[in-house]
Amino acid sequence: MKILRDLLRYNREFLAGVVLLGIILTMIGLSLFSPFDERTIFAVPPDMPPSLDHWFGTTSRGQDVFWQLTAALRNTLAFGILVAVISRLIALVVGLTSGYLGGKVDQAIMAANDTIGALPHIPILLLVYFVMRDQMSWVVLALVAALLGWSHDSRLIRSVALGLRTREFTRHAVFSGMRTLQILVREHLPYVVPILFFTAMNNLIWAIGLEVTLSILGFSDINRPSVGGMIYWANSHSAMVSGIWWWIAFPMVFVVILFLGLFMLAMSINEYIDPRSRLARMGA
Amino acid sequence: MSAHVLQLDHVSKRFAIGGFFSRQKLQAVNDVSFTLSADRPEIFAVVGESGSGKSTIANMILGTELPSSGELRFDGRDIATLRSRRDREAFIAKVQPVFQNPFEAFNPLTRIDEYLFATARRFKAARSFDQKQHLADEALQRVGLSLAEIRGRFPHELSGGQLQRVAVARALIPEPKLIVADEPVSMIDASLRMSIVNLFRGLRDELKVSIVYITHDLATAYYIADRIIIMRKGVVVEQGQTRAVLDNPTHPYSIALKNAVLPPDPAQASAIIRARETHMHLP
Amino acid sequence: MPALTIDRLKAYYVNEHFGLKREVRAVDDISLVVRRNEIYGLAGESSSGKTSLIKTLAGAIRPPMRVIDGSVRFNFGGESVDVYRQPDRMRQARWRHLSYIMQGSMNVLNPVRRVKHSFRDFAFRHMDPNRDFQDRVVEHLRRLQLAPGVLEAYPHQLSGGMRQRLTIALATICEPEFIVADEPTTALDVLVQQDVLALIKEVQRRLRSSVVFVTHDMSVHAAITDRLGVMYAGRLVEEGPTARIFAEPQHPYTAHLIASLPRIGDARIRRSLPGKPPALSDPPSGCRFHPRCPLAIARCIKEVPEMLPSATGGRVACHRAGEAEVT
Repeated sequence: MKILRDLLRYNREFLAGVVLLGIILTMIGLSLFSPFDERTIFAVPPDMPPSLDHWFGTTSRGQDVFWQLTAALRNTLAFGILVAVISRLIALVVGLTSGYLGGKVDQAIMAANDTIGALPHIPILLLVYFVMRDQMSWVVLALVAALLGWSHDSRLIRSVALGLRTREFTRHAVFSGMRTLQILVREHLPYVVPILFFTAMNNLIWAIGLEVTLSILGFSDINRPSVGGMIYWANSHSAMVSGIWWWIAFPMVFVVILFLGLFMLAMSINEYIDPRSRLARMGA
Repeated sequence: MSAHVLQLDHVSKRFAIGGFFSRQKLQAVNDVSFTLSADRPEIFAVVGESGSGKSTIANMILGTELPSSGELRFDGRDIATLRSRRDREAFIAKVQPVFQNPFEAFNPLTRIDEYLFATARRFKAARSFDQKQHLADEALQRVGLSLAEIRGRFPHELSGGQLQRVAVARALIPEPKLIVADEPVSMIDASLRMSIVNLFRGLRDELKVSIVYITHDLATAYYIADRIIIMRKGVVVEQGQTRAVLDNPTHPYSIALKNAVLPPDPAQASAIIRARETHMHLP
Repeated sequence: MPALTIDRLKAYYVNEHFGLKREVRAVDDISLVVRRNEIYGLAGESSSGKTSLIKTLAGAIRPPMRVIDGSVRFNFGGESVDVYRQPDRMRQARWRHLSYIMQGSMNVLNPVRRVKHSFRDFAFRHMDPNRDFQDRVVEHLRRLQLAPGVLEAYPHQLSGGMRQRLTIALATICEPEFIVADEPTTALDVLVQQDVLALIKEVQRRLRSSVVFVTHDMSVHAAITDRLGVMYAGRLVEEGPTARIFAEPQHPYTAHLIASLPRIGDARIRRSLPGKPPALSDPPSGCRFHPRCPLAIARCIKEVPEMLPSATGGRVACHRAGEAEVT
């Protein structure tokens, strides 16, 4: 993996991103070894400040903050990744086909695209939550969020695809007998991947933000630990007022670490795979 | 099959330009007719400045655009009737392009041999890797290169002249009857230009391929074309045997165009410019 | 005093990407002199370094390109200005003493402003706003066959030829002593090209300025330049009076360039050179032309030829100068 080595050695942002995400991933890994079940409450003495027994202290509900956080990070990240992956796939397929086909088909697809994009996210998610209250699970929420989050990025991909369509090498590829799918995947995709990657990071951050928002408001499975959920419970127990700062502070700090790490990673990888920088490295 | 490889019969092309409220019509090509016969391969030059319609004619021959009126027949078949995928595929195999800028024609992120292999696979039914390699190598040899030199390379690793030769080799793989070359040497360095131009000669003489050579450069047209048409604003102003037309042009525009070519001779060239100082052609 | 003196100039691109260091020797040890009231042509193909040389002599280079060695000195109104050691003086001299005519008029004219704005930004600030100002501007435009009304127009309303003439008007309105022209006629139609060349020649004669005219088109050099410098792979290989160079080129590369040009009325077969121009990041040793040279000998691989006086009254860098044949 020469690429990884190059990135680690020469790109400080990549290194920073890897370190920060490493912290998060370590936390997540540790969640598998938690001595407590994540849903149990009053397993330990409540409202204890950070100490050797409880590194990040305990909550008013009698849960160890540290171990709760490890599980929370895992759940939140899983949600975000699911949303990002599904919405990328949709955005890619829609954007590439619409851009390549052009003409009336493109206009029709984009009209549908923009209509979906105009839908307000939080109200819809709330609606889904109320309608599906009992069968509500985080997977359902993730699916709905994914279906809402692709429209802006598919436009970006489409505009790149439109530009690529009129490039001379596309015409050349057609006369060389390459089929449409081959052209899209082998000739055009490399130009689209940087956008895909960057918007994936964006989307991931958005999805996590969405999850945190909904959880803080109480609209999620509140017994399943998530970063937003922890803050929700902390608020409902007036943690700041009561002086139980560790309940809010640690989730917040780790959310910031998560976002920063993702962002750094996204920036550096994006710069690496950008066609212009690839060409410069090849010596063009 | 008729005896004509290519036949343009009063072909015209109109474009609509402008936005919603101010749509205008641009007559890019106006009543152009010529034929290339099948029994005698030739190099046919279409000469003109920008806006003359020469590139539009190239696009119509390649099937990228359809004529607004008139008929364009390839091998006896009106190309407006080519609808099915099989028809179009058979057509593309017989009419191949060479584009102006080889660095634009090849995707900078794709290895060059991909284009050669794809052409072999689609038009020559080459299935195995060996077959594809063999066909690619054969075509490259015809243009003075070899697969060993090109294998695995990216476009920026070659010079413009080499890359354009690869483009010509690729065009030769399906064994076309006609090659449409749109300004094939205008972006190539002078020291490499003649190798491409001479290559076209070889294609006509040895491989019996006809070439439609689109250019604004009268000198190279003089050098290799058998017949020539001179276009201005979509209309043919003069046509005929190249040497005859360019040695003694009759139409005022052809005369002006010929005189506008600066010869690579200081005495003559500077005299032309000095004469221009007193009477210019300006709009 | 010559208008421009370039002394042993070296300017390289130094690129570092993910650990890969690449040094492109675009301008490699070039010395030349441009006199007053002369048009000096710079000929060469892609990757010859001529565009880099132009940018370097105008002081318009940016990292990763840097001047490694040597100097560029202009003579403006009797005063010597070193481009890289006196950047402030150089900045003051721009447009008033040194101007540019570039390829592509749209590089100069702002497409969303009327033409007069570009004139105001570039030129009028250097000129004397006295009573005659308006008249001088009108007269200047008239000489370039432009109606005064063009100042009110937007660039897209004018033809390509008119825009290029405006570029020339812009570059010459302050009556500079030195003009750098970079492929000013390349993208133009043949008929328009001749008009533009005639105008450049006329303006130069009237202002008695020095012009460095860069183009790969040898016929254009034949038409308007007084002296010609031929570049290959970052180096100057031959220089001399244009007429003499065309008649008896001393360097095999020059000889080939001239011989390979097709001309109407001449149907003889012409040949190309084998090989291709070298990559400036890894040029051949000794004389950079030796891999493609029909006259190459062992000495050419080891020893870099010096620029020495040649039979045309100019200079040539070749171990076997004068032996080239023009067929």
